[in-house]
Amino acid sequence: MTGAPDVAIRARGLVKRFGDMTAVAGIDLEVARGSVTAVLGPNGAGKTTMVRMLTTLSDPDEGTVSVVGFDVATDANEVRRRIGYAAQDATVDELLTGRENLVMLGELHHLGRRRAKERATVLLEQFSLTEAGDRVAGKYSGGMRRRLDLAATLVATPEVLFLDEPTTGLDPRARNELWEVLDTLVASGATILLTTQYLEEAERLADDILVVDHGRVIAQGSARELKRRIGGEQIRVIVRDRARLDEAVRLVSAAAGAEALVDPDGDAIVVATDGGAAAMAAVGGALADAGVEVDELALRPPTLDEVFLELTGHSAADAAARADAGPGRGPGRGPGEAAA
Amino acid sequence: MSPRRYVGDAWVIARRSLKHIRRQPEMLTDATIQPIMFVLLFAYVFGGAISVPGGGSYREFLLGGIFAQTIVFGCFGIAVGLTADRSTGAIDRFRTLPISRSAVLGGRAIAAVLIGFVPVALMSITGLVVGWRIHSGVLDALGGYALMLGFQFAMIWVGILMGCLLDSPQAVQGVAFTGLFPVTFLASTFVPVNTLPGVLRTFAEWNPVTSLSGALRHQFGNPDVVAGSSDAWSLQHPAVYTLLWAVAIVAITAPLAVRAFGRVAGD
Repeated sequence: MTGAPDVAIRARGLVKRFGDMTAVAGIDLEVARGSVTAVLGPNGAGKTTMVRMLTTLSDPDEGTVSVVGFDVATDANEVRRRIGYAAQDATVDELLTGRENLVMLGELHHLGRRRAKERATVLLEQFSLTEAGDRVAGKYSGGMRRRLDLAATLVATPEVLFLDEPTTGLDPRARNELWEVLDTLVASGATILLTTQYLEEAERLADDILVVDHGRVIAQGSARELKRRIGGEQIRVIVRDRARLDEAVRLVSAAAGAEALVDPDGDAIVVATDGGAAAMAAVGGALADAGVEVDELALRPPTLDEVFLELTGHSAADAAARADAGPGRGPGRGPGEAAA
Repeated sequence: MSPRRYVGDAWVIARRSLKHIRRQPEMLTDATIQPIMFVLLFAYVFGGAISVPGGGSYREFLLGGIFAQTIVFGCFGIAVGLTADRSTGAIDRFRTLPISRSAVLGGRAIAAVLIGFVPVALMSITGLVVGWRIHSGVLDALGGYALMLGFQFAMIWVGILMGCLLDSPQAVQGVAFTGLFPVTFLASTFVPVNTLPGVLRTFAEWNPVTSLSGALRHQFGNPDVVAGSSDAWSLQHPAVYTLLWAVAIVAITAPLAVRAFGRVAGD
């Protein structure tokens, strides 16, 4: 046993290389029991590689990991007994029904046939899949597959859940449904480590956010702390008459009390603010007083790209593009799947 | 991990493969429809032009070869299944479970053996329909089926190895048609080997598909001209030679397959 009982996941100096590419370049991590940690980063940041090491799927080249007190290198089976892992692509068995998927996993967790069946019924109910439970999973919608996948990770009532990009590829409605399910899990006190490309998702679900890039943690804190670092929300203005753009930039800067910029596409004025709706009203008022017509006036949280730009000096899209160009595919993955 | 638990885990995985077949019976098409087509093609189209030296019914001669080819092609099902499990992430999911890695292979292999009975039974029935008969005793006939089972077990390991080394079902099919397909034809599968020229004849004489076909003909009491027309040791002792091949195939491919699986299922 290593680590205090209140620490669910502890990683020290994790490194993983694929050939001459270093996917994870020395990550330290500590996740308290009952907390939700989000690992936020673009494609190719090393998120999946990191989760695969935490879940015994991949051996680290350097460093140590313990999960609920068991070392993944020496006690892999003890770790596997206590964790649930949902991979990035929902790995439900398409030719089995939802119920059969859950019963099979229950049996492989050695619950016994009867308890596996009971557990499947409970989980189908909990994830609103009772009606679809006896249809083959190949006919499920994207959102249903993710819910089944999530249910599958809970079959053996794990102590720690690992969710790799649980909502990537879902439409907004399915994403909201899944978030509601995850909210319930979080409220029940589960220990969860999830990876995501969406700041909004990390903010909604996680107590603690790790921002990763190039296999390193480049920032850590609550959503509020991270946002404070990069200036909170933004007011975004699009003026109708582009000839008055410069004038509008001056007006917006003065009203918001911060320097406004024209975004790289050249059509929107963006200014960081801590003032919320009042600041937005002030900007709107100043523009109206000067007779500048406005097509759009909005208050929005910073995007992952902006967090990235602030923290690293390059955009998340660039990071992803570089990762795709590199030899970033981990072995053991099927064709066409990028390791993220 | 206790052996009982290991067998239990493997059986859960095997049941999964059997359910796959039930839900998607077309996965068995290669192993069922294709050999039936070959039986009909050779029995009714080409068969008339092929004479079995020394007499005897060509259709009775044909079935031993068809059985052998079906057994050899039995490796594709498991190979395709494994490539699919790798690309859908099923292998990863199994690996986060508290089960032995090899239980996944064991389960697939158990299922492959059980599924392998289907085409053999179907070929037997098709054979009976076109005029094939077993002329030997019950024990000899059972020996024939046991020999098929043994060689099939060996081919399953070849399938596992292919499933770990190749990345897609398409790649498996590519290897099937460029690699194994010709091997099953350069044998006494459809024609007596003494009709083949020089080098090809030698290749066919020592090809285990020939010895398997010959051994099956012998076990079932069907005409097998080869033994009388060739001095090759392989054809004088077809059953022993076939079993030696089966053992050699397992000895070589099983360790390689386990290692390859460790690599694709590893980190």
